[in-house]
Amino acid sequence: MFTTRLLEALGRVWIVLLLSFLYLPICIMALMSFNASPFYQLPFEWTTGWYADLSRNEQLLAATWNSIQIAVFTTVIATVLGTAASLALFRHEFRGKRLLQALLFPPIAIPWLITGTAMLIFFFGVGIGRGLHAILLGHVALALPYVIVVVSARLQTFAPELEEAARSLGASQWQVTTRVTLPWIMPGVIAGGLFAFAVSFDQFVVSYFLSTPGEATLPVEIYAAIRKGFTPEINAVSTIIIGISMGLMLVTARFFKFGGEK
Amino acid sequence: MASSIRGRGGIGPALPLLTPAYLWLAVAIFLPLSAMALFSFMTDLPMSGRDWSLTLEHYAAFFSSGLYVTLLWASVRLGLEVTLWCAVIGFPAAYVLARVLKGRAREAIFLLVILPFWSNGLVRIFSWAMVLREGGLLDTTLNAILPFRVNIDLMYSYPAVIIGLVHSYVPYMVLTCYLTLQAIDNALIEAARSLGASRLQTLRRVVLPLAMPGLLAGSVLIFVPVVGSFMEPRILGGRTGTFYGTVIEDQFVAVFNWPLGAALSFILLAVVLVILSLAAPILRRVR
Repeated sequence: MFTTRLLEALGRVWIVLLLSFLYLPICIMALMSFNASPFYQLPFEWTTGWYADLSRNEQLLAATWNSIQIAVFTTVIATVLGTAASLALFRHEFRGKRLLQALLFPPIAIPWLITGTAMLIFFFGVGIGRGLHAILLGHVALALPYVIVVVSARLQTFAPELEEAARSLGASQWQVTTRVTLPWIMPGVIAGGLFAFAVSFDQFVVSYFLSTPGEATLPVEIYAAIRKGFTPEINAVSTIIIGISMGLMLVTARFFKFGGEK
Repeated sequence: MASSIRGRGGIGPALPLLTPAYLWLAVAIFLPLSAMALFSFMTDLPMSGRDWSLTLEHYAAFFSSGLYVTLLWASVRLGLEVTLWCAVIGFPAAYVLARVLKGRAREAIFLLVILPFWSNGLVRIFSWAMVLREGGLLDTTLNAILPFRVNIDLMYSYPAVIIGLVHSYVPYMVLTCYLTLQAIDNALIEAARSLGASRLQTLRRVVLPLAMPGLLAGSVLIFVPVVGSFMEPRILGGRTGTFYGTVIEDQFVAVFNWPLGAALSFILLAVVLVILSLAAPILRRVR
């Protein structure tokens, strides 16, 4: 009994250490966004100057706005297309279905570096070119498999008899989908959408190869800044984004409880 | 389950719902990969009227210059090391999360583990620079505590790259292991214990085999992007951070030798696929 308690205590310590490791750089970053020294020198001197600078940095703000737009469009498109495909894969049995499902994994299981350079070559070759439209095209493809996997997992818990019952009661296919099936799988659809948003908003590699100097997303702009000359304004914008996204996550988790025991 | 809804037969009725998604994947993933395959055999960019012909020289360049082979091996080693560290750190945490903690505490910690995913990966990598460099947080803190002077300057070193990458990817391992560990029936562990198995034996003979799919899934999710990483080695590794991924990046954005870059990418893809196919039978066996 004693060793069990000891081991459990050790386990809790392990979790605390892991969380400290995960949050250490995030906290440092947030802290440094309020530190006066542009070279991250200690001792700490309080300032909100970097936030004021940020509000005047049009390039960074434009990149942030690009990132938000791309992520929102990616979320909408990937969620709609992905949910539709999941429904089709759930409702129908056909030859080649396993192959179609297997084809979802390359976008996840191939390094982004390869997908990104391949997109660059192809888009350049066929005249799609680079820019925000190309980035959106790429992001949706990266996010789609995640949406399909997550929504399909939720569909596993759905009883097909419910659709049949609705249909025998005279519901049209559209009514069956929107009134019976979608409400049931909604937590999965929302989780899939969140995945899509996160994949897009944080996506650097593919955006990097597809962006042009005038049309960059926030991660691309940050990478350029890190290599040229990094200012704490980047910490400021990152702190704001982390704050907002964590808040959103917490709210969503509270309402949809994924991660907990259902 | 063969109800009338789940019709058997042709793909026809499924097409309207499937086509948009797979068309999108074809244009943005599969056609580009095919184009890259073709491209890696070309002598020059087939644009603006330039002459080009088919060649094997880029693949020959990979094998004749020892540099690319060395760098590819360095990247594979980096991938394996980061994956191993993620397993060593992540598995025990997943175990505690799944089997020790309960209720709200579990839910809260689960969220805390996945929350960093919603923050910018680049910025997290860069913030390590503030921690690891000389005169940075780690250096300052240690010197404030220790009576003697130490110089910690991990910045621009191999360990810095490892730390940054493990930090980025360890949540994947916690997540996938948590999912499989949570599904293990308590009775199995109790049975093993009551039959006289020690803790270590129970762990090795019961828990680990059952958790293997999670460990492997996590390893794949971590190994694949790390082998192709270039941003983390550049920022945290400086001059020591030259890996296979950074060389490919250079071919595309600095040297503009796209055909060579395509060939190097394709070799990396082949290596990744070989390693994935080695993992696949283990995954099937443990199921």
